[in-house]
Amino acid sequence: MSMTATAGRAHADPHHIGLVVEHPGPAPKRTVTAYGFWVFLLSDIVMFSCFFAAYAVLADQTAGGPKGSEIFEQRNVAIETVCLLLSSFTCGMASIAADVRNRFWFYLGMAVTCMLGLIFLAIEFREFADLVARGYGPSRSAFLTSFFSLVGCHGLHVSAGILWLLTMMAQVFAKGFRADVLRRMMCFALFWHALDIVWVGVFSVVYLLGSGV
Amino acid sequence: MLGKLDWSAIPFDQPIPLIAGAVVLVAILAVLIWVVVKGHLPYLWHEWITSVDHKRIGVMYILLASVMLLRGGSDAIMMRIQQAVAYQSQGYLPPEHYNQIFSAHGTIMIFFVAMPFVIGLMNLIVPLQLGVRDVAFPTLNSVGFWLTATGALLVNLSLVVGEFARTGWLAFPPLSELSYSPGVGVDYYAWSLQISGVGTLVAGINLVTTVLKLRTKGMNYLRMPMFCWTTLASNLLIVAAFPILTATLAMLLLDRYLGFHFFTNEAGGNVMMFMNLIWAWGHPEVYILVLPAFGIFSEVVSTFSGKALFGYRSMVLATMAICVISFMVWLHHFFTMGAGPDVNAIFGIASMIIAVPTGVKIYNWLFTMYGGRIRFATPMLWAVGFMVTFIIGGLTGVLVAVPPADFMLHNSMFLVAHFHNVIIGGVLFGAFAGFEYWFPKAFGFRLDERWGKAAFWFTFLGFYVTFVPLYVAGMLGMTRRLQHYDVAAWRPWMFVAAAGMAVLTIGVICQIVQLVVSIRNREALRDRTGDPWDGRSLEWATSSPPPVFNFAFHPDVRGEDAYWDMKLSAQQQSLDHAAPEYHDIEMPRNSPTGFTCAFFATIMGFALIWHIWWMVILGGVGAFATFVVFAWRDHDEYVIPADEVARIDRINLEERRSLVSMAGTI
Amino acid sequence: MNLLDPQGPVAAANSTILVDSVFIMLAIVVPTIIAILGFAFWFRASNPKARFQPDFVYSGRVEMVVWAIPALTVILLGGVAWIGSHKLDPAAPVPGTGSPLRIQAVSLDWKWLFIYPDQRIATVNTLTVPAGAELNFQLTSSSVMNVFFIPQLGSMIYTMNGMVTRLNLRADNEGKLQGLSAHFSGDGFPDMMFDVNVISPLAFPDWVAATAKTDAVLNEDSYKKLMQQGTEKNRLTFRLDDPRLFDLIATQHIPPGPGPELLSDAGRPHSGGHDAR
Repeated sequence: MSMTATAGRAHADPHHIGLVVEHPGPAPKRTVTAYGFWVFLLSDIVMFSCFFAAYAVLADQTAGGPKGSEIFEQRNVAIETVCLLLSSFTCGMASIAADVRNRFWFYLGMAVTCMLGLIFLAIEFREFADLVARGYGPSRSAFLTSFFSLVGCHGLHVSAGILWLLTMMAQVFAKGFRADVLRRMMCFALFWHALDIVWVGVFSVVYLLGSGV
Repeated sequence: MLGKLDWSAIPFDQPIPLIAGAVVLVAILAVLIWVVVKGHLPYLWHEWITSVDHKRIGVMYILLASVMLLRGGSDAIMMRIQQAVAYQSQGYLPPEHYNQIFSAHGTIMIFFVAMPFVIGLMNLIVPLQLGVRDVAFPTLNSVGFWLTATGALLVNLSLVVGEFARTGWLAFPPLSELSYSPGVGVDYYAWSLQISGVGTLVAGINLVTTVLKLRTKGMNYLRMPMFCWTTLASNLLIVAAFPILTATLAMLLLDRYLGFHFFTNEAGGNVMMFMNLIWAWGHPEVYILVLPAFGIFSEVVSTFSGKALFGYRSMVLATMAICVISFMVWLHHFFTMGAGPDVNAIFGIASMIIAVPTGVKIYNWLFTMYGGRIRFATPMLWAVGFMVTFIIGGLTGVLVAVPPADFMLHNSMFLVAHFHNVIIGGVLFGAFAGFEYWFPKAFGFRLDERWGKAAFWFTFLGFYVTFVPLYVAGMLGMTRRLQHYDVAAWRPWMFVAAAGMAVLTIGVICQIVQLVVSIRNREALRDRTGDPWDGRSLEWATSSPPPVFNFAFHPDVRGEDAYWDMKLSAQQQSLDHAAPEYHDIEMPRNSPTGFTCAFFATIMGFALIWHIWWMVILGGVGAFATFVVFAWRDHDEYVIPADEVARIDRINLEERRSLVSMAGTI
Repeated sequence: MNLLDPQGPVAAANSTILVDSVFIMLAIVVPTIIAILGFAFWFRASNPKARFQPDFVYSGRVEMVVWAIPALTVILLGGVAWIGSHKLDPAAPVPGTGSPLRIQAVSLDWKWLFIYPDQRIATVNTLTVPAGAELNFQLTSSSVMNVFFIPQLGSMIYTMNGMVTRLNLRADNEGKLQGLSAHFSGDGFPDMMFDVNVISPLAFPDWVAATAKTDAVLNEDSYKKLMQQGTEKNRLTFRLDDPRLFDLIATQHIPPGPGPELLSDAGRPHSGGHDAR
């Protein structure tokens, strides 16, 4: 149903700017999926920024309890950071393997990513358990509340990511490198990398800045 | 075993909620039994409940909103009556009950009436206006709707199992903290909004991606209908603002469930932080609601004036300006918290600045009417009623944006009148206008004009009779949320407001009668061509209702008012072209994912509220399993063969030839 | 409680700004509404005299005017807002005759406590002040948020636990006024209305002396009793033991007030919340 333009169209271009690039039509599925997932990631970053803001507001409210510098162990944080950064690399390898339809390297990349993620979570869980055992849990002070929440929110996202990772491995195992599986893998990779970026923010704001207090 | 839940949760000793609950339960059971006995269940399941068609989902959103309007409206009637009689008396609603009612009223009206109504209209119409077959993520669309329904279900469940929050619709701490609200009320509130908030976010992501990435050939941004622009702005706001609500409610829930100290009085919690966070969401929220209404009015005023929208580009600019500025004004909700003169003044000025693009829109609608040939069908009545009413609401809004004025009017009945003025005059009138305007498109027959006009006049009049007295009461010093009062000067105004509610109720009844009468007379009101109003945008190029695939061919657009152009050139070419070549069309398969996910979300929500931990885990596992099952699907699309497409399309083309041959009478 | 009948300079200034702003805006709004109704009526389809101009969809001149009208109004009102916010900041001093009176207000569930630290007395749900004197309020809350508001005297201000807000007022005429809480705070919220007695500055010291003769003493113990949730029908008066009581409350040395004694859904009395460590 192509119709040509007719006269009396002053309102389409009142300033007579002239060159109009015609929109080609709806975007392909892969583009649409990636775009939507980016929008979701942006919304997730907004949510994280609320926890960052809460941390900034409440960081001084130690209520007689410990300050950040008294409880942060920089060595653990360094190991966690290395794990997560490495896992982003291995996730990238898995993505490339998926693009070239190489099962072995895909499974390997994903497995190592999973391992590194689990190590990260284990260290973080131990840090939390240790603090709680010493009476420095999140209900001790507003500072500790905001610390546990910000770091914990990131940890929850990593946990969800690992669940997703395992599901992706199962998907490839069951369905192969089908188009929809590849789209989901693309979204997973975006998610995993985004978590890495958020972690950079977390350790900078919480651990690095906090240790100077 | 069942956490905090036991028989004392059911209000056997309170007749009002008990009887209301019983009546609703009987009504629901009656409908369910009728559906099953008449054999409609398979149809409902396959065609509606598991549908991923944006048109069906849009209709279900609007249905949810309409039903919730009755619930929220009943709360309002109860409140008006209470305030009319509770002078030097406790009235008929004790504080514990009254406080739940106004909290539920606000929560339901914003989250389960206004939001679903506008999201429903956007879902229904935007893909049609963009000339495409569906939204970007159809199954996710279904998930979003059903999660919203879950939230509505949980709020209403609180009427008969447990209690609702007694904190107002925004649950400010410390009152909403566990020490001052130890019951399950705030938990019902928070979990219900968390779950439906996920649904809203999903809708936001969907519609943003649809508008930005799924438009038909030739539809550049500056050729989109105004409703699509306001959809874009509103959904950008959803994506940016709803995560703030999610985070803030999560913080409150962490305080309540795990003893955290975000907002507690003890251990360094900060109540002011809640105010900032919740209003950083809350202000964009009201623009999320009103921007689609503005878009509806742009369509309606333009169509019924027989003219293209005046100043299209400046309308686009104004819309995006409102979108951005709405994020910069949140502090005006708590000028009286003591932020200091500089901060107060800056936010006050920013709040006024947002009145500039809004004013521009009003003038552009005004000049759209200028030089038009205006037909006063019901949608146009709503539009003119909106323009007059919304300006007054905007005036009072700019008034309370002046901090010294707000120092006298904050939290008063004047404020209550202001926000009802803009929400009813803007959002509700817009929803009704959209409902009247697009009903024929959705269902294939028009609504009865006489009852539609009656609904308008009663609602319009009822609004003023109800809310002008509240403006007066606010000027007489009356604050909001009073379960009883002793000040004689306020009493006559409360009486008038209660009388106004009666008029508003007649308006709502007229809407219901309109629906019943129209369904009965649907053959006489049939919309055969798909273009009952002589429309200008692409949704009117489809049949009423459109086929599942919307368009047999993606339209090729050359300017604004794409469909108007088509009609003009069709008149000139008299549709004498060779029969087009039809192709197979792939459409997404229906899926029970949305409904099932919401089912488990309901279980999880209920279990979280009542601390039934094993049930929480069950619900969570179920929800995850639902997604895994969905991910394992092998066939996510089905094919409509070219012959079938041709058959469906030809019927509509035939009807339209008769329309085109009537050129000149349009 | 009429906002348009101010009894003090703060309320008078706020109300003046309020009324002026309304009239400024009406000057725009009324002609616009007339234009809306006028155009709607004139350009109705059944009017043969109206000229149909389907191509009138853009006009630079009209655009300039329609952006200018709201912008100019906003610039004017913005100036009013800037100047007004500074002059009428709640903490801005309000000079008066005689010596300033310090009043420390505490919102409780569900009553108002007014402490006169310099006079060593305190009252509940009633406030007596001398006409014409500068009134320096310091406000806090024992538990949840409230808002202190005397409509005919002026600006309202939040009260929050652990924080002190400030408000300066002056009552110019003798008489009886009313105040209330303007922020919902729970089941007893409607009963948080309080009397404001504005008396002659000459009679004020006598009132203080008479009030100080009361048997009731306000100290930490009697304050903790006041903190229990409940409304207070009577106008209580106290002698003030410790003039630093307000500071103890505002800095949370006296912990925040308790919530309701909940008979939970299982019929067991609830402790009412988490223990703070």
